[in-house]
Amino acid sequence: MAKFSLNINGKTQEVDVDPNTPMLWVLRDHLKLVGTKYGCGISQCGSCTIHLSGIAVRACMLTVSAVGNQEVTTIEGLSENGDHPVQKAWLEVDVPQCGYCQAGQIMTAAALLEKNPNPSDSEIEMAMNGNICRCGTYVRIKKAVKMAANSES
Amino acid sequence: MTLLKTQIGRRAFIKNTSLAGGGLVLGFSILNSCKPRDVESMAVKEMPEEWFEINAYLKIGDNGLVTIMAPNPEFGQGVITSMPMIVADELDVAWKDVLVEQANFNAEEYGWQFSGGSQGIRRRWEGLRMAGATAKQMLREAAAQTWEVPVVEVKVSEGVLTHKASQNSAGFGEMAAIAAQMEIPEEVSLKEVKDFTIIGNSKKNVENQKIITGKPLFGSDYQFEDALVAMVEHPPAFGLQLKSYDDSEVRTMPGIVDVFKIKTLEDNMKRGYFDTNAFTDLVVIVGNTTWEVMNAKTKLNVEWEPISDSKFIVDRFGTEMEVHIPGGLESTGVHYAKMNEMAATSGTTARKDGNPETAFKTAAKVIERSYTCPFLAHNCMEPMNFFAHVTKEGARLAGPLQAPGLTESTVAARLGIPIEQIDIELTRMGGGFGRRAYGHYAVEAALISQQAKAPIKLVYSREDDMTFGIYRPSYQANYRAALDENNNLIAFHVKAGGVPETPLFANRFPAGAVANYLAQQWEINSNITIGAFRAPRSNFMAGVEQAFLDEISEEAGKDPIDFRLELLESAKNNPVGEKNDYDADRLAGVLKLVREKSKWGESIPGVHRGVSAYFCHNSYAAHVVDVVMDGDTPKVEKVVCAVDCGIVINPDAASNMAEGAIIDGIGNAMYGNLSFVDGKPEQSNFDSYKIIRHSEVPKNIEVYFVENEIDPTGLGEPPFPPVFGALANALYKATGRRHYHQPFANDKPPLVG
Repeated sequence: MAKFSLNINGKTQEVDVDPNTPMLWVLRDHLKLVGTKYGCGISQCGSCTIHLSGIAVRACMLTVSAVGNQEVTTIEGLSENGDHPVQKAWLEVDVPQCGYCQAGQIMTAAALLEKNPNPSDSEIEMAMNGNICRCGTYVRIKKAVKMAANSES
Repeated sequence: MTLLKTQIGRRAFIKNTSLAGGGLVLGFSILNSCKPRDVESMAVKEMPEEWFEINAYLKIGDNGLVTIMAPNPEFGQGVITSMPMIVADELDVAWKDVLVEQANFNAEEYGWQFSGGSQGIRRRWEGLRMAGATAKQMLREAAAQTWEVPVVEVKVSEGVLTHKASQNSAGFGEMAAIAAQMEIPEEVSLKEVKDFTIIGNSKKNVENQKIITGKPLFGSDYQFEDALVAMVEHPPAFGLQLKSYDDSEVRTMPGIVDVFKIKTLEDNMKRGYFDTNAFTDLVVIVGNTTWEVMNAKTKLNVEWEPISDSKFIVDRFGTEMEVHIPGGLESTGVHYAKMNEMAATSGTTARKDGNPETAFKTAAKVIERSYTCPFLAHNCMEPMNFFAHVTKEGARLAGPLQAPGLTESTVAARLGIPIEQIDIELTRMGGGFGRRAYGHYAVEAALISQQAKAPIKLVYSREDDMTFGIYRPSYQANYRAALDENNNLIAFHVKAGGVPETPLFANRFPAGAVANYLAQQWEINSNITIGAFRAPRSNFMAGVEQAFLDEISEEAGKDPIDFRLELLESAKNNPVGEKNDYDADRLAGVLKLVREKSKWGESIPGVHRGVSAYFCHNSYAAHVVDVVMDGDTPKVEKVVCAVDCGIVINPDAASNMAEGAIIDGIGNAMYGNLSFVDGKPEQSNFDSYKIIRHSEVPKNIEVYFVENEIDPTGLGEPPFPPVFGALANALYKATGRRHYHQPFANDKPPLVG
C-alpha cells in the first residue's frame, strides 16, 4: 500500500492503495465517483474514459502511481451543473438508451472538441471508435458531437 | 369515450385510508421498507410539503406536483419515461409538473414487473391509463363536492380543475387531500386517441440529466455502508464442474476477507424457467475492494472435473419438463457438422398445408438454400452484478433484473425464507437484451451475503460475464421453394433446428400465403446454456427467411417488394390454413411505407439496396438497407425503417429504439460470434468479441411509424430481426455474393489456387 495525493476534479484527494490499482477502481471504490464505468478492464470499450491533463484516457489501465500530480477530470467534474456543451447536446439529442457507456462517450467527445473544435465526420468516428455503445446510439452520439461543436464555435 | 371498470388502486386505497384513520394520507411508504430513491427532477416547482397518495401509481403534492411511479425495470427501452407519460396523459397533468420515480419490486402493487418480450407497454397500456383516469375522476369529484356543483361539469386541463358556471378553479394540489379520501370510482372514462396531449408527443428520457453527469443509477453503482466486494470463479468450460480448490495463496493477499464455495441451485431442486445455470458450484472470494478481489481471483487454484450426463425438472410456468444435460466438451466445428446431419433427417413436422411433396416433384424450378448462425453473448455494457444484505430479519437486494418476480422466488427457495422477507430494489440496468431475465447472479449474491454474514456487492468481470453462458443458440435453417412455369411460388419448405433449441415459427409468413407448405424442426442437446436474446429465434429466422425470399423473387424475376406484397395479398384474400399468426395487411403496410419513404425503385448510382419485413412480438417492421462500396469493402450507408407498433407513446424515444435495433442488427449480422473449443468459449472480452463501433454504423437512419389507433405493441425487439435479411440482400447487390453464414464478416469465399 502507498499514499497518493491526487488532483481530481479540482480537488486534492488522498488515497492509500496498492500502487498498481487502476484509477478506475480508485475512483469507484475509494472515492465513490461511480460515474466512470467498468466495461472491459482492457481499454477496449471506453466506458471508463476520464481526462488526464485534458487528454482522454482509459482509467481501467491507468495505474494510480502513473498519475502523479496531473489533473484528473471525471464525468462528475466535467462541468459544474451538467452544462458542458457536450452534455447539453446529449440532452438535446436525447442520446442515451441504457446510458451505461454514455459518460465515457461524453468524456471522449469533450476531449476531442477541446483539441479539434470542428471535427469532420471521419475525425469524429476515429476519435470515438474506442467507445462501444451496445444499445447502438452511435448515430445520435455523432449528431450530439456535431451539435456541441457548432455551439462552441 | 371508453368506459372501463376500474381494477387498480382499490387495495392501495383501502390500506391507506385505514392507515390514515380517515385523515390525510401522508408520505408514500407503501412500497417497502427501503427508502424511496431520489425522484427524477425535471419539474420547475419546488418540492411540496405534503404528498397525497391517490393510488399505487401516483401521488399529488400540495403544490400540484405529481409523482408517477414507473413500474417496470428500465434497461434502455425507455419505459421509465413512456409509462409515466401514459398515466400523466389520462390524469391531464402538465408534463413539466411530473416527477418520475422507479418503483421497486412489489408484485402486490404493480403486478408483473417484467422487462422483456417487448410486452411492457402492451400489457400495461390499459392499467396505466386507468391509474391516471381514476385519479383524475377522484380529483374532479373532490372539486365537485367542495364547490357543490355536478361532477360532470368539472373540467380538467394541465393540472387545473375548473367549473365554468360558478367560476371556480383549483390546482390538483388544492384538491389532493380531499381526492385521496374519495371512493374509488366504479368506472372511469378513458380518452379518445385524438384527445391525447402527452402520448404521441416526444418527451426526453427522465433520467438523462443523471446519466450525463455520472450520478449513481446502476446496480454496479449501488452504495451501502461497509459493503464488501465478492467475485465468483466458474468453470472455464461447459462440461466441467468444480472438483476442489486451494485458497492458501489467496487468503494471505491484501484486502481478502474470505474464500468459500456456494451452490446456487441444489441438485434435486425443481428449477424455474429462468433459473438457467450451467455453473451452480462456484468458488467465492470476498474482499474489501474490487481490485483486490480481482487480483486474488487470478491466484486461486481450482481443479475442475468433467460433468456426467444429468437431468433435472424445470417448471415452465406450470408445465413440468425433464431436461437432460449431456456430459462432454463441445466444439463449434462439431456443432455445425451435427446440425448438417440433423438437417438431412426429416425432423418433426410442425405444420403441413396442401401436398408439398407433389408440388416439389412437379415444380418448374426448385431453389434450395441452407443458413447458419453462431452462438451470441448478450454483452450488456454493465456486467452482471448484484447487492445483497441477508440478515435474520430478511434479505435486502438491489441490482439490475429484468424479471425480479422470478428471481425473488428462487432467492426465497435457496435462502429458505418467505418472499415477504425479501426486498428487491430495481436499479437502472446497463443493458439487458434478455440476459438479465436470468437472475442467477442475484441468487449468488444472496447466498454469499448469507454465508459471509455481511452486506456484499457481487461483481462479474467482463470475462466472467461473457463466459458464463445463457447465450443466443446456434441455429441452422434449410429452405426449399418451388416455382411453377409462370414463376408462381407453389410450395415452400422450411426445416430448422439448433443447439440446443429449434428456432422455428411454423405459422409465420409465408405460411398462409403458399398452397403447399411444410415446416419441420429438430434439436441437438447440449450442456451450453442458452436464453432469451433480443427477439429470441426471430433474430435468426427473420434474416434467413427474408434472404431466401429475396432469392426466390430474383429467380421469379420479380421486384422483391412486389413479390412479398403479392404473397401477402394472397394470404389476406385466400389464407391457407387457419393459424397464421400475422396480419397480412399490417405486414404489407410496413412494406408499402418503407417502399415510399426509401424511394424504392429509384436507382441511385453506387447505392445497392436490400429489403426485408417481419412480424414478431406483436409488431411489424420493414427495412431498406443501402450499401455502398468503399474500395473492396461494403459499407452500410443508410437504413430506412418502417414500423407498425400501433399507437406510439414517445415518438423520438421510439425512433431511438429502432435506430439502436438496426445498429445492433448490423453489428451482430456482420461480426457477432461466440465459438467453442472443448467447451471453452474462444471469446471472453471485447478484444476477441467484436461489437459494432462508430466507424461501422450507417451515416443515416430514418424511422417511420405507421399511424393508426391500434393499442400499442412492442418495439424493443421487432425492428431487430429483419435487419439481418435486408443487410444480406443489400450485400448481395453490392458484391454479387449471397451470405448464408453469420457473421457475414467471417463468411468469406474459399481461397482459390
